[in-house]
Amino acid sequence: MDILNALVAFLNFVFIPGLAYGSQLALGALALTLVYAVLRFSNFAHGDTMAFGTMWVILVTWALQSVGITGGVLPTALIALPFGIAITIAFVLATDRAVYRFYRRQKAAPIILVIVSTGVMFVMNGLTRVIIGPEEQNFADGARMILAPNDFKAWSGLAEGLAIKLTTVITVIVAAVCVAALFWFLQRTRTGKSMRAYSDNEDLALLSGINPERVVAITWILATALAVIAGTLYGLDKSYRPFIYFQLLLPMAAAAVVGGLGSPLGAIAGGFIIAFSEVFVTYAWKKIVTYLVSADMAPEGLLQLLTTDYKFAVSFAILILVLLVMPTGIFKGK
Amino acid sequence: MSEPFLIGEAMTGGYGATDILHGCTIAVEKGEIAVIVGPNGAGKSTAMKAVFGMLNLRGGAVRLNGEDISKLSPQARVRKGMGFVPQTSNIFTTMTVEENLEMGAFIRADDIAGTMAQVYDLFPILKQKRHQAAGELSGGQRQQVAVGRALMTQPQVLMLDEPTAGVSPIVMDELFDRIIEVARTGISILMVEQNARQALEIADKGYVLVQGANRFTGTGAELLANPDVRRSFLGG
Repeated sequence: MDILNALVAFLNFVFIPGLAYGSQLALGALALTLVYAVLRFSNFAHGDTMAFGTMWVILVTWALQSVGITGGVLPTALIALPFGIAITIAFVLATDRAVYRFYRRQKAAPIILVIVSTGVMFVMNGLTRVIIGPEEQNFADGARMILAPNDFKAWSGLAEGLAIKLTTVITVIVAAVCVAALFWFLQRTRTGKSMRAYSDNEDLALLSGINPERVVAITWILATALAVIAGTLYGLDKSYRPFIYFQLLLPMAAAAVVGGLGSPLGAIAGGFIIAFSEVFVTYAWKKIVTYLVSADMAPEGLLQLLTTDYKFAVSFAILILVLLVMPTGIFKGK
Repeated sequence: MSEPFLIGEAMTGGYGATDILHGCTIAVEKGEIAVIVGPNGAGKSTAMKAVFGMLNLRGGAVRLNGEDISKLSPQARVRKGMGFVPQTSNIFTTMTVEENLEMGAFIRADDIAGTMAQVYDLFPILKQKRHQAAGELSGGQRQQVAVGRALMTQPQVLMLDEPTAGVSPIVMDELFDRIIEVARTGISILMVEQNARQALEIADKGYVLVQGANRFTGTGAELLANPDVRRSFLGG
């Protein structure tokens, strides 16, 4: 029995990675759910919006580095982030003007908008591949560790090391700030309230003099900013590959549905539920269990329910389960 | 005789190819209550929606204070001083009572605190529940929120589409009392009602519509006294 080592291993391999991944998913799911709440369709281009925006963050990061500007201890990408967000917002608003607005005026059914967004997805995906290529990019610089495993071992005298990466800390802090700012905006400002009103009852919002085009534009701006932030945090914490970002659409969509589509609070809860489920199911628990049981009971297998190759199956399974058991999600979405 | 404050004159039109209204005229004077009654499918709500610009007229005109507003969108008519309370989905259910009122006043740039206080004076129960989600309220209270929301623009005309649908008789009387109070502040009221007898009792002017056309028109008391109206529409 070695509870302390088991706890440290749990924190190091399960809790901290889950927390970082959950924060990234939560931001992404928030963006999806905002678009769903106001524009009433699931934006399939969301994953590629993240890839597209993160690409610009990377390009600006390189440009900054080439002229000698860095973030010092912090990743240079944080300086590049506002530029990436601005470029992507311009692109998304232009897409709305050129594509979505046409279908909005026709009062197209949500499923048509979903297909339209799939088209937008292919275009963004293609642009990303042409501009930066499909390969993996690492753009994290600055300090790597806040707490190195060996330092922790020396300090605690435990066999298990605890590592806290700087990018993990940045992820959690930035996510918390974004969520707080978004909720403040939605609950306290006139514009935020008008977004909620439009989402709640479109006709009555029109009668009240709320300008739908303005609400739609603000929704795209917020959702795009969240998507680029989520993408950049994910890229810093792990690595950047456009295809992986496309695949992230599934866990993010699952997170939004689990929490209740259209509910911002639900998107956050859903993000963490999906992230921790993935980590729990794909983690090899052998080490932690070995610490907890007596030596002769130590497990022989890895105690891994699914290999990480199957991690998307986890989101899929949760998605289907939620749709079967409680289709409106935890926070009563739509 | 001068023209009424708001008049939809000889309105003809419908939602699609077929006309629902056939030369129907509805009018309301300043500070008075006009009620549209009639059998199901008579085009009562349609007539009111036509006055508010929610369907295209093929004939006739709508004038507010002498100005022809026939071509204006409903949103533009709100800015001209018309308030509309739809029959259903007339509140923001996920938002608090106070937020509903705030959204009602969205087009106003000035201080809305005074108007909000007036609405709370008119509907004291709303003040108590102002931080509660409007969707959690009872049917009668929701109607009060809906009327309060429409009052927040400080309209000159308030149009109500069956404000007492689905509320109990006691709540209905209460709502009618409040509507009379609103009219006394100088706001014209135009409403469609299923509860014809009670509505005509408070009406300055009543319109009985049948098949999209005016059948009987008169003061509320006249219509209540008219044996034809009584026999056909008020159940004797």
